[in-house]
Amino acid sequence: MIDRLKKAPFIMVTAFSYFIIYFPIFVIVLLSVNASPSGQTFTEFSFVWYKEIFLNERLLTAIFNTLLVAVISTAVATVVGTLTAIGINSLTKTYRIRFMILNNVPVINPDIVTGLSLMLVFSLLPISFGMPTMLLAHIFFSIPFVVLTVLPKLKELDPNLMDAALDLGCNYFEGVVKVIIPSIKTAIIAGALIAFTMSIDDFVISYFTTGNGFQNVSIWIYSRLGRRTFSPAVYAYNTLVVFLTIGVLGYINVNNIIRVKRRSEK
Amino acid sequence: MDKVLVELKNIKKSYDDTEVIHNLSLYIKENEFLTLLGPSGCGKTTLLRIIGGFETHDDGQVIFDGQDMKDTPAYQREINTVFQNYALFPHLNVFDNVAFGLRIKKLDKDTIDTKVKNALRLVKLEGYEQRPVSKMSGGQQQRVAIARAIVNEPKLLLLDEPLGSLDLKLRQDMQYELKEMQESLGISFIFVTHDQEEALTMSDTVVVMKDGVIQQIGRPEDIYNEPKNRFTASFIGESNIVEGVMKEDYLVHFEGLDFTCVDKGFAKNEPIDIVIRPEDIVLAAPADDRINGVVDDIIFKGVHYEIIVLVNGREYIIHSTDPVNVGDEVSLNFDPDEIHVMKRTDEASS
Repeated sequence: MIDRLKKAPFIMVTAFSYFIIYFPIFVIVLLSVNASPSGQTFTEFSFVWYKEIFLNERLLTAIFNTLLVAVISTAVATVVGTLTAIGINSLTKTYRIRFMILNNVPVINPDIVTGLSLMLVFSLLPISFGMPTMLLAHIFFSIPFVVLTVLPKLKELDPNLMDAALDLGCNYFEGVVKVIIPSIKTAIIAGALIAFTMSIDDFVISYFTTGNGFQNVSIWIYSRLGRRTFSPAVYAYNTLVVFLTIGVLGYINVNNIIRVKRRSEK
Repeated sequence: MDKVLVELKNIKKSYDDTEVIHNLSLYIKENEFLTLLGPSGCGKTTLLRIIGGFETHDDGQVIFDGQDMKDTPAYQREINTVFQNYALFPHLNVFDNVAFGLRIKKLDKDTIDTKVKNALRLVKLEGYEQRPVSKMSGGQQQRVAIARAIVNEPKLLLLDEPLGSLDLKLRQDMQYELKEMQESLGISFIFVTHDQEEALTMSDTVVVMKDGVIQQIGRPEDIYNEPKNRFTASFIGESNIVEGVMKEDYLVHFEGLDFTCVDKGFAKNEPIDIVIRPEDIVLAAPADDRINGVVDDIIFKGVHYEIIVLVNGREYIIHSTDPVNVGDEVSLNFDPDEIHVMKRTDEASS
């Protein structure tokens, strides 16, 4: 009883923190089903803004752009990041630590610095701003995250794994493809998911590296805020993203629980 | 049995500035079970990795089946390896692990099936084909590793401390099984271990190494009975090592007494080291022409008692099936051929 009393303040703080964290999400979900276009009053329940997503051509284009950049940058960053991690892992310890520091600087660097510096570099190159520059920027900032996710898994592997592959007749390249990469599959998928999320999420770097009217969702929203052309369809889109995230998380967790159960049954 | 399969000539290897293998030469015959024995850091694993092609040597030659292996990468050598901690492929099941090498060689499916089945039968793992390797016990994983290597029918199998992580009982069983397997397969084994008992049990030839230098090569009996120096004597089995002087051929002086022995060929009054194995000493009543001492401790070891006798402040270990009492005055008795004389090496007792 006394124990429970002692715990009470902490439990209350916890409850309050999560209330604060989830309250804005609740608000956006609420506004997405509000028939009134103003964010001030709730008039009546309606799915009209969800329909609007598919009718508002500009928003649709922005969603398409976001996904296009995310898919391509994730694919490229995952491949490059995985190979980079394998490369770093094969170095001696001193060099491995140096490369890890190099890898972590862009991760910690504020987005505004990354965005601005990429913008400067791109302006020196003979390419026009728009989809290619934004894509390049997304690939750039995603790679270190993939490296960061894959490298610990590589370190966990039996150090003789590559030698075992060579021993059984693989050349170095076959060893990487047939043994190392399949052994770190889960970490590669995790890295890809993080890269994808980072890309969908990004506003600051995208804002600095786009041009010629190429807009992803975050830039589109920013450009509409407080204007008459702003549409609550944005709320609906964001609500969908929230539910998609919950869905993916739920799927992964349920899958894990099933796997753990199966393992213990055996 | 007599054809030389691998010949190492003047192998040298350094990491940074530390030389780990000093000008080492060695040969392995066909169908021989050779063990590289030594404490950790003696260069035995490095030597194995040089033979396997996972490590390059700085100088010297590795000649395998008559050919210099200098430009032959690991994946082209007819050698397979059982790695320390096995290095099984975690994403594959037992069958796919064993079939891996055969699939790289692009053999047809039926041949692979038959060969994998045979290999798994040999290591007594039939019926485990579909099991993920992560669900196997240490002993089973080790068998998978052996099957994965021998299924390729190498001329030489390298084993890097493969029994290290198994418990005692399993380790002893596997020692016999490995020896049997080597005899039935008719291929050469190079086995790396720091466990002297393992080395003596399984090998045709034992190579004792220390600091990248071979201390002694010989049959297990020779290594045990005729150690060449203090290091080998103390590393292989328990032993009493005493400093002495070789007065003349067949006459050795230690603990203030002269003893006849069977060794000769030393300089007159050359300082030497003497080894007497604990099981070669018999305790009796004190006598004037014997080494006399007092029983300091007695420990029951199952098969025998381990008795510590103090002689002038020096401890002698004696293995005997007859118990004595602590504090008893005794004499140490041994035959001339049980005194083994070795050249003095510079190192302090280790």
